[in-house]
Amino acid sequence: MHKESAIREPLILGHKSYHDITEDVCGPIEGKAPRMWYILFGIALMVSLYGIGCIFYLLGTGIGTWGLNKTVEWAWDITNFVWWVGIGHAGTLISAVLLLFRQRWRMAINRSAEAMTIFAVFMAGLFPLIHMGRLWVGYWVMPIPNQFGSLWVNFNSPLLWDVFAISTYLSVSVVFWYIGLVPDFATIRDRAKNPISKKVYSILSMGWSGRAKHWNRFEIVSLVLAGLATPLVFSVHSIVSFDFATSVIPGWHTTIFPPYFVAGAVFSGFAMVQTLLLILRKGMKLEAYIHTKHVEYMNIVIMVTGSIVGVAYLTELFISWYSGVEYESYAFINRATGPYWWAYWSMMTCNVISPQLMWFKKLRRSLLFTFFISIVVNIGMWFERFVIIVTSLHRDYLPSSWTMFYPTWTDIGIFMGTIGIFFAFYLAFARYFPVLAMAELKTILKISGESYKKTEGDPHALQRGVSSGTKH
Amino acid sequence: MADRVIYATYDDDHSLLHAAKKLVADGVNITEVFSPFPIHGLDPVIGVKHTRLGIAAFIYGLTGLALAVTGLKYLMIDDWPMNIGGKPTFSLMESYPSFVPVTFELTVLCAAHGMAITMMFRNKTLPGMPADNPNPRTTDDRFVMEIRLSENHALTAEEITKKVKETDIVEVEERDYVVIK
Repeated sequence: MHKESAIREPLILGHKSYHDITEDVCGPIEGKAPRMWYILFGIALMVSLYGIGCIFYLLGTGIGTWGLNKTVEWAWDITNFVWWVGIGHAGTLISAVLLLFRQRWRMAINRSAEAMTIFAVFMAGLFPLIHMGRLWVGYWVMPIPNQFGSLWVNFNSPLLWDVFAISTYLSVSVVFWYIGLVPDFATIRDRAKNPISKKVYSILSMGWSGRAKHWNRFEIVSLVLAGLATPLVFSVHSIVSFDFATSVIPGWHTTIFPPYFVAGAVFSGFAMVQTLLLILRKGMKLEAYIHTKHVEYMNIVIMVTGSIVGVAYLTELFISWYSGVEYESYAFINRATGPYWWAYWSMMTCNVISPQLMWFKKLRRSLLFTFFISIVVNIGMWFERFVIIVTSLHRDYLPSSWTMFYPTWTDIGIFMGTIGIFFAFYLAFARYFPVLAMAELKTILKISGESYKKTEGDPHALQRGVSSGTKH
Repeated sequence: MADRVIYATYDDDHSLLHAAKKLVADGVNITEVFSPFPIHGLDPVIGVKHTRLGIAAFIYGLTGLALAVTGLKYLMIDDWPMNIGGKPTFSLMESYPSFVPVTFELTVLCAAHGMAITMMFRNKTLPGMPADNPNPRTTDDRFVMEIRLSENHALTAEEITKKVKETDIVEVEERDYVVIK
């Protein structure tokens, strides 16, 4: 059995047994939802209904209801798309990359982060679909024989790569998430007293019984899926960045985009994970499993990826000058000093300065400060996409077509609506699904559980190894 | 004669692992273990072979790769070559760089889904399948060892029960073996 140094902070606080983990995770699902849940769910539903209304209005009337014009022909829609895809990167990163690196702290956060990923990718996928204008011919993006002499889709286009990347990413993330959920659904099924929930959870758990051979397969499937999802997660946002990088628009046509977008995606994804988990751990009383140490680890990821993003911004600026291309250098001077200077400097403040505060141990271990910074980072990353997209487009090659972008209420309504739908999904998840990976947490209880780490005044216990499996 | 089975219940993964080692050394054939989480180191003790799903995933991945390459060749080179942005499609090799992303995605798609579906079929964990864990607490905090008498001809039920009772058990029970799925 793997042993962990006693000086490492325990990942599971308190004197938990295997049964306590089950109780703590299943309890909130089996009991009645707190009043706060109904209030939040009600708000989320109302906002999402408004958003859905805006989407219907858009589909019925046309893309003209957005504030797009002939110069800025991509704006909030694609900003929101990239923002949501970026948020959708943390879950798979946590579950796949951290699994490969054997980071045990991921076990407390992977389930909810993956759920967040899936819901965020839903929201992301919505924007290109409604941007088609004619949603009902959305299937044209698939290479299927058609009545135009079988005119195929263009496989040279990054927009088509996106179709393949996002749909693969979504379906693989769902499979990865669901395979992890099956044993936990089985736990709920075996505890359920109400016949309806017993029936539902037994369908969801697909008859999982926890046989040794099945666990053997489960572990190898998790490992191989992690191995497959790791390059996948990097490919998805690289391909999203190709949407811009393969064009010849100054400000977009840069080779730095793929790594810069991936780092930015992880940065914003972790920020959203922090926002959600800090509420979730309080609301569902999971402080023993998701505590300061987890928050600190995530803040370190935010700090590192935030620094990568900061370096990328500076590199972009330097290269725009160093390249000697007038259009390129104008694009960047215009970003910082043109009419959209406020967006640029909000982005810089939120994304470059705020993560640097995480160098202070006191700040990165402060939950309140983390919550605040996570919101700041989410806003900053939205501005990043807005800056890249709108400020690069609004100054065309022809000064006569220079213009500004003003969002309409449909733009705003759809964006707000996706936030509402996202939270409605997330709240429903928190209500009916096991929010922590119980089976995985039980495997680390004896390695990283507080009661197994504490030596209780016995100095020799340290040398013997506290995690030797003695019962308390 | 109907098959009989002995279920030995433990409340700790390590107690079960130590017991399994001891019982196997005593000549008891442990047919199955039900646990709420994977017990590392148990598989070689009770003779569970390492799964070949990894190989299966590799083959599914190769299938996806082949599908992508042949599909792209047919659609973009043979059936309807397109000249987009002054970049005509001449041959698979010359056009291939822009096909890399789709090839990669299809490889991952086939490998991941193929592997997951294979696991579900091999485990018989599909929607609507009944569960067959002997004790509902094996998905919570109980670890159950299944010892089928038909797999243990050298020993009688009493002998096995006696050996099992020497280990750190919570409960031992003998009943008819029922095949649920």
